[in-house]
Amino acid sequence: MAAPKKGRQGTQGRPGRTLALILIAIVALTGGMFASGHTTPRLGIDLAGGTSITLQARNEPGQKNAINKTNMDTAVDIMNRRVNGLGVSEAEVQTQGDSNIIVNIPKGTNSKQAREQVGTTAKLYFRPVLTTEVSGGDPAATPSPSGSGTPSGSPSPGSDKGKESEKATSSASPSATPSATATSQGRAVTDALKADPTPSAGTSGKGNPSAEPSASADPATAKLQAEYAALDCSKRTARAKAGDGVKAADPTVACGQNAQGQWQKYILGPAEVEGTDVDKASAVFDTQGAAGWKVTMDFTGKGGKKFAGITGKLAQNQSPQNQFAIVLDGEVVSDPYVSQALTGGTAEISGSFTQQESQDLANMLSYGALPLTFTEASVTTVTAALGGEQLEAGLIAGAIGLALVVLYLVIYYRGLSLIAIASLLVSAVMTYVIMSLLGPTIGFALNLPAVCGAIVAIGITADSFIVFFERIRDEIREGRSMRPAVERAWPRARRTILVSDFVSFLAAAVLFVVTVGKVQGFAFTLGLTTLLDVVVVFFFTKPLMTILARKKFFAEGHSWSGLDPKRLGVQPPLRRTRRVSAPVDTKEA
Amino acid sequence: MSKLGTLGARLHRGEIGYDFVGKRMIWYAVSILITITAIVGLAVRGLNMGIEFQGGAVFTTERTSVSVSQAETYAEEASGHDAIVQKLGNGGLRIQVAGVDTGKSDQIKEDLAKNLKVDAEKINADLVGPSWGDQVADKAWQGLAIFMVLVVIYLAIAFEWRMAAAALVALIHDITITVGVYALVGFEVTPGTVIGLLTILGYSLYDTVVVFDSLKEQTKDITKQTRWTYSEIADRSINGTLVRSINTTVVALLPVAGLLFIGGGVLGAGMLNDISLSLFVGLAAGAYSSIFIATPLVADFKEREPQMKALRKRVLAKRAAAAAKGESQEAPVVEQTYDDEDPEDATPAVVGPRAQRAQPSSRGRGRGRPSGKRR
Repeated sequence: MAAPKKGRQGTQGRPGRTLALILIAIVALTGGMFASGHTTPRLGIDLAGGTSITLQARNEPGQKNAINKTNMDTAVDIMNRRVNGLGVSEAEVQTQGDSNIIVNIPKGTNSKQAREQVGTTAKLYFRPVLTTEVSGGDPAATPSPSGSGTPSGSPSPGSDKGKESEKATSSASPSATPSATATSQGRAVTDALKADPTPSAGTSGKGNPSAEPSASADPATAKLQAEYAALDCSKRTARAKAGDGVKAADPTVACGQNAQGQWQKYILGPAEVEGTDVDKASAVFDTQGAAGWKVTMDFTGKGGKKFAGITGKLAQNQSPQNQFAIVLDGEVVSDPYVSQALTGGTAEISGSFTQQESQDLANMLSYGALPLTFTEASVTTVTAALGGEQLEAGLIAGAIGLALVVLYLVIYYRGLSLIAIASLLVSAVMTYVIMSLLGPTIGFALNLPAVCGAIVAIGITADSFIVFFERIRDEIREGRSMRPAVERAWPRARRTILVSDFVSFLAAAVLFVVTVGKVQGFAFTLGLTTLLDVVVVFFFTKPLMTILARKKFFAEGHSWSGLDPKRLGVQPPLRRTRRVSAPVDTKEA
Repeated sequence: MSKLGTLGARLHRGEIGYDFVGKRMIWYAVSILITITAIVGLAVRGLNMGIEFQGGAVFTTERTSVSVSQAETYAEEASGHDAIVQKLGNGGLRIQVAGVDTGKSDQIKEDLAKNLKVDAEKINADLVGPSWGDQVADKAWQGLAIFMVLVVIYLAIAFEWRMAAAALVALIHDITITVGVYALVGFEVTPGTVIGLLTILGYSLYDTVVVFDSLKEQTKDITKQTRWTYSEIADRSINGTLVRSINTTVVALLPVAGLLFIGGGVLGAGMLNDISLSLFVGLAAGAYSSIFIATPLVADFKEREPQMKALRKRVLAKRAAAAAKGESQEAPVVEQTYDDEDPEDATPAVVGPRAQRAQPSSRGRGRGRPSGKRR
């Protein structure tokens, strides 16, 4: 009898304290929920309305093992830029499984446009800069032309970013090559646009966007100039439209953001090098020179030659035409200037990058080289009305399920059901609070399958109580009184509950890790509620039972307590049989 | 209620009980029959795979006055493919078009909106590329396989490999039956169905684990007594936990029933309905298999062990000897009614006290249950 006794001391010792502890924990969690301001769980697209796009990555022909975590993360970064660049608020992009990307776009945004954006493959080009200037924005915030006086600086606002001046240098050469670029602004004509009488480009960095085309014989160029003049990069819609649908071989207009966060507009020449020409790009910290963070690029053989060609040409030009723009999806992400022809097949872009900036740029450069294409695996559009309807239906179903379970428990367990219902309530409150808190912390969104999971979990949670109650009843049938019955029943019920909850949790965990799509949301809720079930049974149901076992109502087995020995079939004959059988044993042994 | 309580008590004491293990052959046969039916159904009829697995589009409209057949014509005109249209509980329409490219769907949606005279923005569209369904299904199978391996390892550690094997058989049995029902009835298989099916995994084992836990506890010192064979104790475990199994199953089924009612009755179709339907079928099968299949299987496996064979021999010999001596003392209630459904054991059971008096018996009981619990 030693073992049960130990258990009795351990678990019965301070039931009140355990109860107080879990109640404090619940209050703290609830308080945290209100403090954080997220008082409802974040709703998934299928309940709140919106569009959810699942993109499936595929290896490009000839490329194996391209679907890996690094590549997928890069792709997510890019998609995020694209979707949020559309002005979609709170669109979220995340990987799922090992080869899928989910893009969730809440209702109220142009889902069609967003779909077009994420559906197309990203295009990365290196284009020569023909002219550039700050576009729109606050004139007061124009960059100071810090570089105009120094030989190595570039006077155009395109490259001159006040705190950072980007330039591309051959990795072999020391990064601080002072090129003898004269500051003779206004020198026109690049090789790229030789055929066209180009604008007298090059604008001063003083924020007077006065550069007008000097002449335009070619209607296409004139059109480009007109577009350029009309372009206001501070407007989102204008940005999205700029250079839309332009072929790689044509010159285009584009927008980009400089280091001060100002929008700048460009006229860019035809693409000379494509993203696929980049073999890889990475952010490195320059330990020798004092350049700090920089981005190195390795080109493919073909790409290296092309790059050598373009840099050779650009290096001879004056600013801003010695710059090339790295254009991702029509947006200039970087516009370093070139000081010399880079023939080594590698290049580095240096400037006063922070680590984050250099990594972002490296990512974008890599993306152009990503051997992945994405196809739309599924697109779900849910109107807010239907979302609300589904949520309502789910809640009603949950209420019905809960009511049925409570009804069954009351009929079958009577007084005991109070404990079960209280435990279910505690469990429900904790599930709700934790779901609300998980929204902002890990991005958990309650979708329809998750609601299903929560409803199914009502049964699983209630099952734990049934296991416990049946054990107690078994002990009472053995002829024990209430208090010892509870304490003896607990260790056994505990083991059963732990083993079966573990199996449930295992199923949920495996599903969460392995599966994709809606299955995941379901698995998550199921796993969460299973864990909470264990917490509630251990720290709430058991102590409550121990305390109530001392109350007269339960201890004396009131006929409504659900523990009435008579109703449980504890009858005098049982005792008689036991007593009779004992002497028989001794007599015959 | 009071009757139920008494029933529970009588089951607990072993006064009454169903001879699950003794009659296992009948239930094995039933299960094999069901399984064969399921497999044949699967082979002949196949599964009615939903749009999500073939690729295509599902459009859901809000309440509209357009009739189903008319909407079907519209959808077929717009898409050039066959369309299936269902009326939903809320008066809306659910239009399924198979084989549509995800790119073309926007056009179809616009056309539909025009013809049905509803706002295009108010049409829900669910577009699925053909490979997505495959991926969902592949991952589900993968999850299933990993789960099975892990759970067998876990049960083998927590209990023993025989129980793990029996649980696995029961699990496969449940899944086969559920899939079979889907094939035979022709319910549509959607990702929701797959979710439901996967949930059964954990749940079907829940009941099984409860019975196994009791079985493990009761057979701890089985070799130290000669009163019961393993099968008989297994039977008692099932009967003893029968009320619990019924209660847990009922309580698990009730919320699912609520889901099914709302999902099927109010929304007409969709994720809620799909999940709850497969859950309902699977849970029912799971409750059945944990009682009628899993535990008898364990008993079968165990009885093959040399130790258990020896035990059985000893028990039977003792009973035979007792019968031969013709001692016909009054048997305690505990044993009397217990085996009376099994003709083979009926005679020895009547002379229970003879066996009971044996020294190992009382010692075994004393040790196995420090509590003095009777079984």
